[in-house]
Amino acid sequence: MKKIILAATIAAFVAGSVAADTVRMGTEGAYPPYNFINDDGEVDGLERELGDRLCEIAGLDCVWVVNDWDSIIPNLVSGNYDTIIAGMSITDERDEVIDFTQEYIPSDPSAYVALAGADSAGDVVAAQSATIQASHVASSGATVVEFASPDETVAAVRSGEVDSVLADRAFLADIVADSNGELVFVGDNVSIGGGVGIGVRESDGDLKTALNVAIDVMKADGTLNEMVKRWLDIDANY
Amino acid sequence: MEMCADPSSLDGINWWMCYLTTGKHQAFYASFGTVLLLLALTAPVVMVLGFGGAMARKSKIPPFRWFGLAYTNIVRGVPDIIFFLFVPIAMDQGIEYLRHRVKCPDVREPIRQGHDFVVCTAAKMPLGSSPQWIHESYGFMLALIAFALVFGAFAANTLYGAMGAVPRAQLETAEAFGMTDRQVFWRVQVKQMWVYALPGLSNLWMILIKATPLLFLLGVEDIVYWARELGGSKTTRFAYPHPDWRLYYFVFLLVFYLFMTWASEKVFNRVTKRLSHGQATVGAGS
Repeated sequence: MKKIILAATIAAFVAGSVAADTVRMGTEGAYPPYNFINDDGEVDGLERELGDRLCEIAGLDCVWVVNDWDSIIPNLVSGNYDTIIAGMSITDERDEVIDFTQEYIPSDPSAYVALAGADSAGDVVAAQSATIQASHVASSGATVVEFASPDETVAAVRSGEVDSVLADRAFLADIVADSNGELVFVGDNVSIGGGVGIGVRESDGDLKTALNVAIDVMKADGTLNEMVKRWLDIDANY
Repeated sequence: MEMCADPSSLDGINWWMCYLTTGKHQAFYASFGTVLLLLALTAPVVMVLGFGGAMARKSKIPPFRWFGLAYTNIVRGVPDIIFFLFVPIAMDQGIEYLRHRVKCPDVREPIRQGHDFVVCTAAKMPLGSSPQWIHESYGFMLALIAFALVFGAFAANTLYGAMGAVPRAQLETAEAFGMTDRQVFWRVQVKQMWVYALPGLSNLWMILIKATPLLFLLGVEDIVYWARELGGSKTTRFAYPHPDWRLYYFVFLLVFYLFMTWASEKVFNRVTKRLSHGQATVGAGS
């Protein structure tokens, strides 16, 4: 008798935890306006707003988790959270390890920023490690200096440690606008990488489908275009 | 606070009052508590593991002795950062594997699927539906165990050395009084070894204080993480924009660490004095 009760309790417990579909959203929290920690200590930015909306459409209960960029893929794969929604461009290299949903931000050009007065990107360029920008600089022949966080790449330009920084234009635009002329865009924009998608585990097909459907809904009714325009000042035209 | 509702209209002292009490700053202040709690909980576990390890190394039973030797040498030899990445992940996956076996015996799919480590939802540790604070406490627990294992190995070596440093004459005298091996160990050797162990243990304690930034590797947000996050330059997208202030935040941490060092030194000096009472060792004079 006792065994039956115990088994029933365990079954109820298991069923209960499966029914509550909690999805843990992993992000970096250091890349405004894509994602950042606001002054209240909460995750904020385009991806916060978008992620919450997607979860609402898909009927998922979402929780936000902050993780270092460097270990963001390993921690997804080992199951510490269920998605990466952190301005991550879809690349073949990453696609071998994890899966991506369809893109929710179109391929955003990257740009170089240097101290005012510079007329080119220079020979020593900062980029965040393990990004498409870092590999682009390395293959372009310039010396790449990698930093763990986006903020440090810009600080390196200010201190003169590097000639310029290469990052997503939307991230740099805020910083240039706020610098009172100290920092300027130099050279041409470069188009690298595809669009930005949500990373999920390869074994997590259901979640990928649910998110894809929700992104479709937002693309169809134009809310995604509006959101991307408002946060990043990019015309998405989905 | 009410006046903080519109930060852009503030200046001077009011701006600072509001800035220093934002939710983010409160998380920063709270992380000092996290670090102190980790130290307070880790230290006793380290002592237990260290004492156990030292006893194992001294043991007359070969398997115990080998275990003690292996523990102290392997753990001390592996770089900390590798150990901190490996132990918590291995422990976490080990626990989830066992839970998967027990809770979902009818799931046929393999747990390792390519790069993925997939256990059934009910076997997740903690459950995916648990509130965030449970996830954080769990990460904290894993961190505590990893810290205790690493520092326990160092403590074991220190204590082993200290046991050997107790003058042989003391032990022989005790034997001559007819004490058994066990009595000699507990009544004479252990009682006298502390004064020799203290300098080494105080070193370990200092290193432990400074090792806490490794916490962020395990997802626990510690004081260094918050200092870097708060100090980074903030554009006008934030309520309180400011240039790169990391230097000031790190100077603040420096003061904190120096204070911890100063306070620890005071405590260790007192303890050394007490333990050296009546013993002809260097500690007695100072």
